Formats: sequence, C-alpha cells, structure tokens
Amino acid sequence: MVLIFAESQKGQFKKTAFEAVSFGYKTARQLGVECAALVLGTAENAADLGKYGASKVLHVADAALDHFDSQVQAAVIGEAARQSGATVVVVSATANGKALLGRLAVRLDAGSVAGVNTVPEGSGSFRVKRPVFSGKAIAEYEVRSDIKVLSLMGNAMPPEAVGNAAPVEAISVPVPAPRVRVKSVKRVEGIVPLPEAEVVVSAGRGMKGPENWGIVEELADVLGATTACSRPVADAHWRPHHEHVGQTGIAIRPNLYIAIGISGAIQHLAGVNSSKVIVVINKDPEAPFFKAADYGVVGDLFEVVPRLTAAVQAFKAGQ
Amino acid sequence: MKLLVCVSKTPDTTARIAFTAGNSEFDSAGVQYIMNPYDEWYALVRALELKEANGGSVTIVNVGPADNDTVIRKGLAIGADDAVRIDTDPKSSMAVAKQIAEFARSENYDIIFLGKETIDYNGAEVGAMIAEYLDLPFISYASKLDVNGSTATVSRDIEGGAEEVEADLPLVVSAAKGMAEQRIPNMRGIMMAKSKPLNVVAPVAFEDKSVAVSYSLPPQKTSVKLVDPENMEELVRLLHEEAKAI
Repeated sequence: MVLIFAESQKGQFKKTAFEAVSFGYKTARQLGVECAALVLGTAENAADLGKYGASKVLHVADAALDHFDSQVQAAVIGEAARQSGATVVVVSATANGKALLGRLAVRLDAGSVAGVNTVPEGSGSFRVKRPVFSGKAIAEYEVRSDIKVLSLMGNAMPPEAVGNAAPVEAISVPVPAPRVRVKSVKRVEGIVPLPEAEVVVSAGRGMKGPENWGIVEELADVLGATTACSRPVADAHWRPHHEHVGQTGIAIRPNLYIAIGISGAIQHLAGVNSSKVIVVINKDPEAPFFKAADYGVVGDLFEVVPRLTAAVQAFKAGQ
Repeated sequence: MKLLVCVSKTPDTTARIAFTAGNSEFDSAGVQYIMNPYDEWYALVRALELKEANGGSVTIVNVGPADNDTVIRKGLAIGADDAVRIDTDPKSSMAVAKQIAEFARSENYDIIFLGKETIDYNGAEVGAMIAEYLDLPFISYASKLDVNGSTATVSRDIEGGAEEVEADLPLVVSAAKGMAEQRIPNMRGIMMAKSKPLNVVAPVAFEDKSVAVSYSLPPQKTSVKLVDPENMEELVRLLHEEAKAI
C-alpha cells in the first residue's frame, strides 16, 4: 500500500496535497498496490482526496495535530503507516513536509528521497529522480529498503482527477504531547504563497526604489501572479523578506517566471532556473539572465512593463 | 551553553556541474569546495553569538574524509572552539545523520545547529534525522532564535509567512537567512585555528538504504527569443500560443 500524507492548513487542503495524492496514486498503480491518503487534525472535504486516486482516506481527528511539531506528526504518520502496512509513504516537500521526511525515514528504517519529481518506473529496483545542485543536474536514486519514504517536489506534476469521493475512515493512533509549542502563525492572506505559485512576477534593483513597485503589482494582478524579488531588494527592505527568491531565499518552479530589472546572478538563478518558462525584461542586453531566459525584452522596464500589462489585459478581455 | 554545529563541504555555487565514471559520480576535477553557506553564515555564526552572550563552547562536526579538514579549519578560524571529523565518506543523508547522532548521543549538547539544507543536494533531511535518532525536538528554517534560560524562542519560515514557536533545550535547529550575518575570518582567527583541536573519530557501521546511482544534466535551454520592446502583444501571443504559459 502507498500511504500519502495530505497536508492541510486550517482544515483546508492545498494544491500540494492533491499533487501528492495524484503522485501516490500513480506510484501505487506502478507497483500494483492500493493507495490511501492520511489526514491529520481538523479536515474538511477529506473525502475529496478520492478524486485524485485515494481509494480511502484515513483520518486521525485529534485537534492537537492542527499545530505542527514534526516529532508528533512523524510519530502519528509512522504509526498509521505501520497499521496500514504501507511500503511507500509520500509527503509533500513543503517546509513542514521536509521536516517529516527525515524523521519518517529513521522511524520506519526506510530509505528516503527528498523532492522527487518522477513516478518510479519499471519493475525490479525502486528508482526515482530528483533535481540536485539547485536544478543544475538530475539524480536517479535507488531505494533498497522494504519501506520507502518520498517527498514530492511542488509544481512537479499537476494533480489529475481520476475518481470520485473516497470513504473516510477514522483511525486511532496515539498522539504524543508536543515539545514544540506554536505561539503564532502569520501568513500573508489572499495570495498564493511563492512555492505554490504558477505565475511569478519578480523584480530587482532595476526598479530603482520601492515606490516604483506599482507597475510590478499591476502586472502580477492581471496575470494572477505572486510577486517576488531579488536578494538586494529584500536586503534593502524595499520588499518583505518572504518575497526573496534565489539561493538564500525561496526556491521556486512556477510555470511562468517574469524577471524585471534583475541581472541574473548565479545565486538568483539557482532559485528560479527550474521555472518552466522564463521571461527577462532588462535594459542591459549583456545581463547574464538572458542566457537562462526563454523570452527576452531589451528595454526600459518603466515603459515595457506597463505595455505588457496592457497587452495581457487586452488578451484576457478577448478570451 | 554547549553547542554543536554540523557543517558540510559543498562545491562552490559557481562550480561547473559535471559527472564521471559513467555518470555515476560527481566530477570534482577543478571544482572549488566551500563550507555549505547556510552552515557557515547562519548556523555557525548564531552559535558563536550565543556562546559570546552566555558562555560555553561551540564544536564543529563534519562527516567526511581528510580533505574536508580545510573547510573545518575555516570554521575554527571563524571562531569555533574545537572540531570533530567523523572519518568516513557518506553516500546518503541518513549516513551523515547516523554518524552525527551517534557522536552527539553521549555529549549532551544544548543545541545542535545546521544549515537549512546543503547547496548541492538540497534535501534538508539531515536535521530531522538527527532529531529523530536522538529523540529531540526539531525546528527547521529558523530565521531567528533566542534562548532564555532553558527555553528557545524561534521564528521559522513557512510558505508565505512565519511561525513563532518555543521549545525547551536540548533541540535541533536548521538555520535560514536572517538568523545571523556572515563573518569573515580575520588573520588572528586563521592563526589560532591552526592550534585548535580537530579530533578525528572512527565511524559507526551503517548500510545505506537510498543512494544516487546515476546523474544527468537537464536539457539545454534553446537560446533566448528576443521580442521587440514596442510590441508586447507579440510577447503575450508567444506566451500563450508557443509557451502555453498563460
């Protein structure tokens, strides 16, 4: 059986959870086994996970699990895996999922692969791939233990609807007392967080100052995109720290990344070069970012960006 | 406070990535190695700051062969008191975690620090594994950490925000940007590092459960398609029809 931990937030599932279930379903089919989703704490619409291939949903309803402590959650997931006889356990490679993966590997005496982006192929040995060296290479891993634990990279494969709502089964698993006490959780409301965003509009020092960000936000608005920035911009406090993408900031892999006034230092590229399509707007034709771009516009961003916003608006209106 | 900082040796960010032995091993020819930046800039420096404020000691631990000593000495030059190298060439995250956990088990560190991930394998697994081996709390992606008595207060980065948490020592913490500022070793530090203890210890037995068996390079990007800055309708058309991105 493949057991997928479907991460929820305030009782709601995020896209990463549907992606994980979809990945787990494909893995289970490949191995010729069943696949079940596991939900912890408060969860609405748990049955919906069936749409992405879970044949049942196991639910540990203890509200203490709404707060994240990797030790507690790993103990519960590990026990659920044991009870259900899981041979593959899947989590999402989110901030929390990454903290669970290593713990589950040790707990289940399992080989682990972090940030997988392919379904295991063929028969015989269990092999999966993942990007390494900040997306500059791909490594194929062989997992040799009886139980395997994997985390699925976000935005690697879109969730696919394959079925209907699944039965939800409450299971009883001991929930240890947390040793990490969550005091507060602050999330920017109303926007898609960067690691999950499909379109990202990002700007750098070429913007000249924080007061000029209006044109970036307008473009992001018409595209339904999340805004991001380069490191110098975050360091200068022109934009909040959580918008910083790149090696020391957040690594992202949206379908479309539009870089405005960013030269494309290697540390920035390390965080964004897995984006499917990259557009670079820069007045300097020698900017290194053009070498990593699919489409480039050499021009003054203060003229080009509003023009692009108008063009996108006209396109959307005509759709 | 008794603090342990786990440091890894990684290829420099600008290193050319290539493979050898039938694409089964990283090609280290001509590659410059550095201390993993998250370990150095954030984990090590925050540990040193805590020691400076509260007294105690900062020990560096690395799992690797003798040629890792250069990186370890740099950590001593930045200010760690002593270092331990566990003498084995690990092939998996779990191998690293197991060696460090077995070394740390009897040492009673108050905090075990490491960077949020390494810049080569980007797995972010080792901290969680050490915590699980040692039955300790683990706080990942910490961008701020303060210790008051025996309690640590930490901000950790999560998708689109931050979480404030508290835990009693001992614990394992992985450090992200914001935790501290990079320190450049000075001449005195470099000289002193030469005489600080770097103890080499034997590894415990471990069998890898998951290993990288082959590597490949992603498909090369075709060269950039330049669009006339006066004609953004054309860019929108390309993004829609050709790239299927909007």
